[in-house]
Amino acid sequence: MRKILILTTALTGWAAAAAAGDLTVMSWGGAYGAAQTEAHVKPWAAKTGKGAVMVDSDDPAGPIKAMVEAGNVTVDVASVEYAAAIRLCDEGLLETIDPAVIPPGADGTPAAEDFLPGAITDCGISTDIWANVYAYDTTKFPEGAAPSTVADFFDLEKFPGKRGLRKGAKGVLEFALMADGVAPADVYATLSTPEGVDRAFAKLDTIKAETVWWEAGAQPPQLLADGEVVMTTAYNGRIFNAAVAEGKPFKIVWDGQTYENEMYVIPKGAPNKEDALDFILFATSTEGLRAQAQNISYGPPRKSSMKEELIFKDGKTVMAPHLPTAPENLANALATDSAFWADRDAELNERFNAWLAAN
Amino acid sequence: MADAAALPLTTADGRPLRDALADAQRRAKIRAFVLVAPLLLFVIFSFVIPIGQMLHRSIYHDGFSSNAPAVSAWFAANPRGTEPDEAAFAALAEDFRAMKAAKTAGEAGTRVNYTLPETRSLFTKTARAADDLAPPYREAFLAIDPKWGDPLVWEAMRSSSSAYTADFYLVATDFERTGEGKIVRVPEKERIYVYLFIKTFILSGVITVICLLLAFPVAHLLATLPMAKANLLMILVLLPFWTSLLVRTTSWMVLLQGQGVVNESLLALGLISEEGRLRLINNQTGTIIVMTHILLPFMILPLYSVMRVIPPSYVRAARSLGASSWTAFRRVYLPLTLPGIGAGALLVFILAVGYYITPALVGGADGQLISNLIDFHMDKSNWSLAAALSAMLLVGVILLYWLYDRLIGIDNLKLG
Repeated sequence: MRKILILTTALTGWAAAAAAGDLTVMSWGGAYGAAQTEAHVKPWAAKTGKGAVMVDSDDPAGPIKAMVEAGNVTVDVASVEYAAAIRLCDEGLLETIDPAVIPPGADGTPAAEDFLPGAITDCGISTDIWANVYAYDTTKFPEGAAPSTVADFFDLEKFPGKRGLRKGAKGVLEFALMADGVAPADVYATLSTPEGVDRAFAKLDTIKAETVWWEAGAQPPQLLADGEVVMTTAYNGRIFNAAVAEGKPFKIVWDGQTYENEMYVIPKGAPNKEDALDFILFATSTEGLRAQAQNISYGPPRKSSMKEELIFKDGKTVMAPHLPTAPENLANALATDSAFWADRDAELNERFNAWLAAN
Repeated sequence: MADAAALPLTTADGRPLRDALADAQRRAKIRAFVLVAPLLLFVIFSFVIPIGQMLHRSIYHDGFSSNAPAVSAWFAANPRGTEPDEAAFAALAEDFRAMKAAKTAGEAGTRVNYTLPETRSLFTKTARAADDLAPPYREAFLAIDPKWGDPLVWEAMRSSSSAYTADFYLVATDFERTGEGKIVRVPEKERIYVYLFIKTFILSGVITVICLLLAFPVAHLLATLPMAKANLLMILVLLPFWTSLLVRTTSWMVLLQGQGVVNESLLALGLISEEGRLRLINNQTGTIIVMTHILLPFMILPLYSVMRVIPPSYVRAARSLGASSWTAFRRVYLPLTLPGIGAGALLVFILAVGYYITPALVGGADGQLISNLIDFHMDKSNWSLAAALSAMLLVGVILLYWLYDRLIGIDNLKLG
């Protein structure tokens, strides 16, 4: 009995030691997780000779908070939305990152100038700028009669068929208001009033019966491929991946989309804090950001990463027109207001859930 | 007789028999206890303590009270309805300086935000300016944001100022507090939890009834067929039971979706038209179909175990005494299967009430159950609300169990 006890204790200790040695990165899975694995996790492990693993989540912000509050943090680096990076940082759940340690760009530009505005916060550094776009299956609509504006998404008469939308208030309410004719600059002012919220839900009411709700980022391309929906909102990189890397007949409509920074953060009490910081600095260097943008169509937040033309990993697709930051894609786009969502996320999601459950 | 009472019985070595017996019994008890101790410890650590913590969390949240002790003390000293005076603002300023240093303003604001939306940013914004706060504090706070003069904000802080609170149960039953501290129902379009609780219980009831209707003939067949055939059929029941829940749910997605196997087959047979494709998934129908399939074995197995031991001679006797086959079934066979029906129904119903993965995957918008909302709040890290909802679910199930005990009797339960 005692032997067994000693043996199991030793084994657990060994397992814990092994786990503590590996750097654990938590991201969103699917094409995005794969891109970060290829661009950041594997090269970092090769460079340092240390172990590094990638784990998936539908939204890493949830598990991070749970881990820190439970005092059992197993993740060293997490990829979270901008609003979540700010909220978790405010709540003291993340390690702060000293901006002075961020290396300058490959061309020598200091980090503060090299990064786009807002890309560096107290607790996180941006890895990319992604957008919540909508895309459709080109085989379902004849040439010349395909949807081209955000309003078309809500036009069931001209474009019949089921829609896919992300299950949650963020992104969806802005999208509905812009489809209802609200200019991007006025969206958050409108959404701050009760009438504005009602207006957004009234717009959503018009397609509610035809909507399939998705939760994980990998679902929308799947819904399109299965023919479950004819058009769906999605993270633009996932559609790009399905269309370019997998040859699916999907097309993105760059109108009325919301875009924001995605942040690498370190949960408070991460087991390998120093390695985590080293990893983030490696991943957000000019080369690290370039490498990610060569794997998935999200815009790098460093100017120096954009200096040379970005080519997709297939060796021929030029990335620039596929990025949310491309000027032609920004004509009618809205930068997500993270302060607004940090504040109203709970309330608007409650309302969203109530709306969703009501028949 | 009197002699026997005077001389106590002893064992061979002269010890009083009573003591020897007590000793032996104690040893047996200790041995029994040692044997069950691992299970007991396991149950305590994995069941009693977590559920206790969950219940505690549903009434406890110290995000505000522990980070803002000064103003919490002011709330304790002054009754509800007191206009916040300079002392209150001074206490708040003191708390804000401490919160800024400890980076806890977000945590405190989050707690107040649960009671009154849009106060979170008020807290983080004020904390950023905390070092510049100087007397007179009232004016200083109002200069940062006029919302500090809003009685609703102060009422929300008051209800957050004690760590023990019923606020989460208020929210979980679609109630809220007004600026004067009155409790009112939330506006109609924001009500959700009561509706979802009712819906969860109704849907679980529907699933239980469907399971019973489907399982009864199957279990009867299993119980009456010759052993070899019955075993083969049993494997067909058990095989899906042993398959991973996720695998089964995703295979149902393949079968039921708009372009799925079921719709394509019906279309090929000419039973439906291209426009008339059945909507079998991402709605309530999907939840009912898939959950019925997943829970069916939980109904079949108890029914089977009860039916197997009912001697066929009972029904034969009833028939020979002139009962019609329906009467024989209704008055003889059915009452004998009641313990199995009760066990199966209770098992399926209680499992269905707490089901989460299946509705999340195939339920769409209207097939969601209360457990999906609990999961949502866990994800959004409003654990106290999730705990309050779970506690209400737990109470609902216990009530049903009690009702079952009163109506049918828990002794009649036969699980296998």
